[in-house]
Amino acid sequence: MYSKSEKRFSQAAAVVMLLLSLVCIFPVVLLVMSSVTSETALLKNGYSIFPEEFGFEAYQYLWFSRSKILRAYGMTLASTAVGTSLSITITTLLAYPLSRKKLPGRNFFAFFVFFTMLFQGGLIPSYMMWTQTFHIKDSFWALIFPSLLLSGFAVIMMRTYFSTNIPEHIVEAAMIDGASELKILTRIVVPMSKPILSTVGLMTALAYWNDWMNGLYYLTKRTELYTIQNLLNRLITSADFLSNNQANSMIAANIQVPSVGVRMAIAVIAIIPILVIYPFFQKGFVKGIVIGGVKG
Amino acid sequence: MANMKRIKRFLPLYLMMVPGLVYLVVNNYIPLAGLQLAFKKFKYTAGIWGSPWVGFKNFAFLFKTKDAWMLFRNTIGYNLVFLVLNIILAVAVAILMNEIRSAWLRQVSQTVILIPFLLSYVVISYIVYAMFGQSNGMVNNSILKPLGVEGISWYTKPEYWPVILTMVQAWKSFGYNSIIYYATIIGFDRTLYEAAAVDGAGVWKRIVSITLPLLKPTVITLTLMSIGRMFYSDFGLFFQVPMNSGMLQKATTTIDTYVYRGLMETNDIGRAAAAGFLQSVLGFVTVLAANMFVRRVESDNALF
Repeated sequence: MYSKSEKRFSQAAAVVMLLLSLVCIFPVVLLVMSSVTSETALLKNGYSIFPEEFGFEAYQYLWFSRSKILRAYGMTLASTAVGTSLSITITTLLAYPLSRKKLPGRNFFAFFVFFTMLFQGGLIPSYMMWTQTFHIKDSFWALIFPSLLLSGFAVIMMRTYFSTNIPEHIVEAAMIDGASELKILTRIVVPMSKPILSTVGLMTALAYWNDWMNGLYYLTKRTELYTIQNLLNRLITSADFLSNNQANSMIAANIQVPSVGVRMAIAVIAIIPILVIYPFFQKGFVKGIVIGGVKG
Repeated sequence: MANMKRIKRFLPLYLMMVPGLVYLVVNNYIPLAGLQLAFKKFKYTAGIWGSPWVGFKNFAFLFKTKDAWMLFRNTIGYNLVFLVLNIILAVAVAILMNEIRSAWLRQVSQTVILIPFLLSYVVISYIVYAMFGQSNGMVNNSILKPLGVEGISWYTKPEYWPVILTMVQAWKSFGYNSIIYYATIIGFDRTLYEAAAVDGAGVWKRIVSITLPLLKPTVITLTLMSIGRMFYSDFGLFFQVPMNSGMLQKATTTIDTYVYRGLMETNDIGRAAAAGFLQSVLGFVTVLAANMFVRRVESDNALF
């Protein structure tokens, strides 16, 4: 059935893909293994995927600082949940009317959305506006509002989905039956559009979960609002940011702070949830990339 | 009268759009007015509108320094390299993935190559540090030391960073791009391949004369999108990954990191605003020009 050269090619393809897969996970493995290596081995051999000696001092130390870490986790969860649900709501509310062919002014509004993808004001004007007009600095909303809440791209993607997948006659039949527009949206359009809604939702959730820029720009004093990403970002420059009384007592008790390992342990803690749930949403995620990449 | 009725009928739909449109006005349109800062001497007490006009002074000031050349060279240079490299890598990986017989292996590799895409640049900067840190990094300790080479102080030597940043960028994004091409390839008409096989065309021949030509529209679309981002850079890549190291700035400063530093660190808002203005305007012009060009050559593939 298959010729010899085809078989060889497919085997070579398999080998190359295996190697590439290794390249993709190797750095993550390095991170994880380094975090469970004893501090002495780290100081002697550096970060390595084959620890000379295992050790959990890094996690012990983090356990002392758990209040800050748990708090940051809470902020990540809160901003992801609030941001994603708000985002998906206003995106759907904007995309649906744009998909209705008879809406007067439809083209104008579609262009209004599209133009935001072409021309942007950039960081300085946005920063000035959010801080001076809306006084968003050092508030929870700084994690939600700037730049992430609604993307013109998502609106257009969703509109395209609605107009190709929701037959006009269904909407019209519902209107004749006296259904309101809101009812049509929530009872007919939304249930028929689960794939696109979950796709946009996933992408938005990932963006909120991973965001560190809003925290960097807008959270300067109230560090208790830090998400886990902001905490990581802060630890790059000030390694002692985690220390508190308990951790200090560890130092006082003459236990050395395992600073080399702690860096990697905290990064591991930040990525574990994503790596754990990723296999479950992998399919939807791939679908999202395909919809977003090929037809925008 | 008929008009009133029409408006009343569509009123609920207009009301639905209000939150989204308001957000776009606030987040996207109002900042456009803030671009005037490039022509003003910004005073915190006076705000954007109250600050005095200074004409093109900020631009003159920006271009008098060596910064300007470095900024644009780095931003565009990296983008060109990324553009070419990303296409080659992603198309190659997509084709390989398509040739794998084992469904299991295909599924696993498709899952694994997306992992880097899930990580934020803050996390990636920790990973890069684990590899390139001077005293604890893996490269210095596990690769150079056994070879008898003295450890390199990576974070103070800008000459290595074009390569490191390019690798990191490729590592993070090739999976994402490959999936797009792969999905396109699976959509191709199988009978074309079967006919070619009957005619005796080998694997290589089929790739060159069927897969690649059919992929052209996707390549054009993705290239157009990257060209539209030619004056933009990934702030995370250029700011987080080199850990904002001052000694690397020659190799790592792009328009985005320059604007950030001007605004947050050096309080040099005039020059930063001028650079930001050029980024916005040139970015806009580039998208329009690239799209116009494609529309003339291959009108089906234009973005708009």
